[in-house]
Amino acid sequence: MDNILEARELRKTYGENEAVKGVSFEIKTGEIFSLLGPNGAGKTTTISMLSGLIAPTGGDAVIAGHSIVSDSLRVRERIGVVPQEIALYDDLTARENLTFWGQMYGLGGARLSARIAAVLEQIGLSDRANERVKTYSGGMKRRVNIGVGLLHEPQLLFMDEPTVGIDPQSRRAILDTVKALNALGMAVLYTTHYMEEAAELSNRVGIIDHGRMIALGTQRELAQQIGGRETLSLHISDDQNSSALADVVRALPGVDQASAMDHTVSVIVASAAEALAPVVGAASAHGFRIKGVEVAEPDLESVFLHLTGRALRD
Amino acid sequence: MSKSLLIAWKDLTLAFRDIGGLLLMLLAPFALTIGIGLVTGRFSGDANTGLSDIPVVIVNQDEGTIGETIVAIFTSSDLAALLDPTTLADAGAARAAIDADEAAAAVIVPAGFSEAVFTAAEAAPQIEVVLNPERPVSAGVVQAIVEDVLSRVEVGRVGGQVAIEQLLQTGRITPDQAGAIGQAFGEQQASTAGGTITVRRVDVSGRAAEAFDVLTVIAPGFALMFLMFTVTNAGRTIVQERLAGTLPRLLVAPIGAGQVLGGKLVGIFLIGVAQVAILIVANGLLFSVNWGDPLAVALLVLASAAGAAGWGALLAALAQSPAQIGGLGSALMLIFGILGGSFGNVLTLPAWLMPAAWITPNYWGIQGFAALGTGAGLAEIAPHLGALLAMAVALFGVAIVTFRRRGLV
Ligand SMILES: Nc1ncnc2c1ncn2[C@@H]1O[C@H](COP(=O)(O)OP(=O)(O)OP(=O)(O)O)[C@@H](O)[C@H]1O
Ligand SMILES: [Mg+2]
Repeated sequence: MDNILEARELRKTYGENEAVKGVSFEIKTGEIFSLLGPNGAGKTTTISMLSGLIAPTGGDAVIAGHSIVSDSLRVRERIGVVPQEIALYDDLTARENLTFWGQMYGLGGARLSARIAAVLEQIGLSDRANERVKTYSGGMKRRVNIGVGLLHEPQLLFMDEPTVGIDPQSRRAILDTVKALNALGMAVLYTTHYMEEAAELSNRVGIIDHGRMIALGTQRELAQQIGGRETLSLHISDDQNSSALADVVRALPGVDQASAMDHTVSVIVASAAEALAPVVGAASAHGFRIKGVEVAEPDLESVFLHLTGRALRD
Repeated sequence: MSKSLLIAWKDLTLAFRDIGGLLLMLLAPFALTIGIGLVTGRFSGDANTGLSDIPVVIVNQDEGTIGETIVAIFTSSDLAALLDPTTLADAGAARAAIDADEAAAAVIVPAGFSEAVFTAAEAAPQIEVVLNPERPVSAGVVQAIVEDVLSRVEVGRVGGQVAIEQLLQTGRITPDQAGAIGQAFGEQQASTAGGTITVRRVDVSGRAAEAFDVLTVIAPGFALMFLMFTVTNAGRTIVQERLAGTLPRLLVAPIGAGQVLGGKLVGIFLIGVAQVAILIVANGLLFSVNWGDPLAVALLVLASAAGAAGWGALLAALAQSPAQIGGLGSALMLIFGILGGSFGNVLTLPAWLMPAAWITPNYWGIQGFAALGTGAGLAEIAPHLGALLAMAVALFGVAIVTFRRRGLV
C-alpha cells in the first residue's frame, strides 16, 4: 500500500469551539510528514484523534488499513505515540519505564529485553538506564519519552512537538533520531511550530491554522504557492517597536504581507530589488532605524505569512 | 500477566517508592499504635511477653467437679501457650504470690463449692479470683476464663433445677433423690463446659475490655485509619496520571479503557492490602499480638482493603483535581477514624450515629480484628467480611459508572 495514513475530513468540536474543521491529508509509507502550525492550530487535537485518544466529531482516518473510528485497537497496535508533554513515571528508572510501556504494547520476555536494549542505544541512554527518570535533565526525559514510542517498532510514529522547551543540543539529538528512524523505514507524523524543523525533516508538509489545513505539499510545491515572491527581513534595534514597523510596511505598494517577530520584520514582496528602497525609505521616514536587511528565498515561514498575514510564532 | 495487573503492580511499586506516602502509610499508624499502647499500659507489666504464659496460681480446696474442671481448664493443652499455671494447696500462699508480683492472678476454689452449687445451698461459698493490679490485662484474662466456666455451670444448674422441681412436684422422685440427681446433673454440665470453653470477648466495653489485648483493637484501628489515606492517595494517582499524560498514553496503547481503569482500581486495592498486611504482621512480630486464625485474619485484611479501596475509587471518580482528593481524603480519614472507632472509641458513639459507623471500613475491620484476636473463628467474622465486600462492590460500581459517565477513562 502506498499510504500508511489517509485522513478524510477529520473534525473535532469542543462545545462551541471547533478545534479541527475538516482536515484531510495522507502520509506515504516511509515518509516524514510535518504538521506545521502555530499554538492552538489543532495539531494535538488531530494527533489525538488519529491515535484513538479522542473520538472525532466527524470524518475518519485509515491507518495501515484500519479505521480509527471502527478499529481503534488495531490502529493503536500499529502506531507509536510520542506525546507533547513528557508522559513517564518519574519514580521509575528509564529501564523500568521502558519495560512497563513495552508490556503495555504486548511485548515480553526476550523480545522485550532486546527491544529495550536497542531503544536505549538509540536514544543514547544505555549507561544511565538504571537511574530514576526524575534525576534526568529535560532533554534526557524527552529522549526516554520518545524511546517509549519506539519499543514495538511501529510502522508509523506520531511525534507531537517533541523539541518544545529543550536545549539546542538535545533538540539536535532528537532531530537526528527522527531522521535515523525514518532511514530505517518508519513513517513519521511530526508536529511543530518551528518551520526550520519542518524544513529540515519533512518530505511533505501540511500547514495547519485555526483547525484548517491551509496548505499541503512538498516544500517546493509550497514555495511555489507564493508565486515567485521574495522575503525581506528587516532587523531593527532593540528599543523599537517591530509590529509598528510591520504596520507601516504592509501598507506600501508591492508588499504582500509583513509580520513582526522579536526585532525582525519579515516582509513578503513581489520583487526584492524593487521593494527594497521604498521599504527602507518608509521605515526611516517613520523614525525606525534599520540595522540590517536580508533577502531570502521563500521558505515555510513566508508561505505561512503569505497565507495568513501572521508569523508562525507570535 | 494481564495488562491490568501490570498497571496495578506498577502502582504498587510507585507507592513504595514514595517516601512521604510511606511515612503516612506505615510509620504514622505504627507510631500511634505504640503511643496508645504506652498510654494503656500495654507495654508495661505484660509488655515483654504480650498475652502468653500468663502466670496464674490455682488453689483447689473443693472436693467436687467444678474445682476439678477449673484446674483441668487452666492446665489444659488448649491454653498452654496462654497460661503458665501453678497449683498450690494454700490460699494464703496464693495471695502472697500475687503480692510478690509472681503471678497475674490467683484462683481460689473454696472447700465444698461444688456441692453448695449443685444442691443450691443458701450460703454458698464463693470462688475468689485475686487480681494483680500490676498486670490488668493478664489478670482480666484469668478472670474471664473463670467467669466463663461459672456461667456455663450456672446455666446448667438453673436448667437442672427446673427439671428437678418438676420431677418433685409430679411425685416421680423423692426429696432425698433430688439432691443426688441435682449433683449428677450439675457435674455433667460442668464437665461439658470444660470441653467447649474458649477465652474470648468480642465486646470491647467495660471490664471485659481488659480481658483481651488492647492492641488487637488499637493496631487495626490506626492501620485502617491510615488505610483511608492510602486508598485516597492511590485514587489520586488516577487524576494525577490524567494530568501528567501517562493515563492518555495508556489509552493510546493497545489496551481497552476498561482494562486501564481496572488496573488502576486493582492498584488501589493492592496498595491497601500491602499496607494493612505489613502493619498486622509487624505488630504481631514486634509486640507479640496474637491476631488469631491466620486464614480469617488474611481474609479480613483483604476485605478491609477492598472496602476502603472502594472509597478511594469513588473519591477519584468524583474529584476534579488531585488537591481536591487530597483534602477530601484527609477529611474522610479523620471522620471515618472517629465514626469507625479507630481511636478505640466506637461504643462511645451515640446510638443514632451507629449507622454512620457502618459505612466505614474501619468499623467492620476493627470489630473483626478484635473478635479474631480473642479467639473468634472465620464463621464469626463472616458478617464483617460480608459488610466490607458489599461496601467494596457498591462503591467500585458507583465509581466505575461515574468514571464512564464523566468520560474520564
Ligand atoms: N479538551 C479541550 N476542550 C476544549 N477545547 C480544547 C480542548 N483541547 C483543545 N482545545 C482547543 O482546541 C484548539 C486546538 O488545540 P490543540 O491543542 O489541538 O492545538 P495545538 O496546535 O496542538 O497547539 P500547541 O502548539 O499549543 O500545542 C485550541 O483552541 C484549544 O483551546
Ligand atoms: Mg499541541
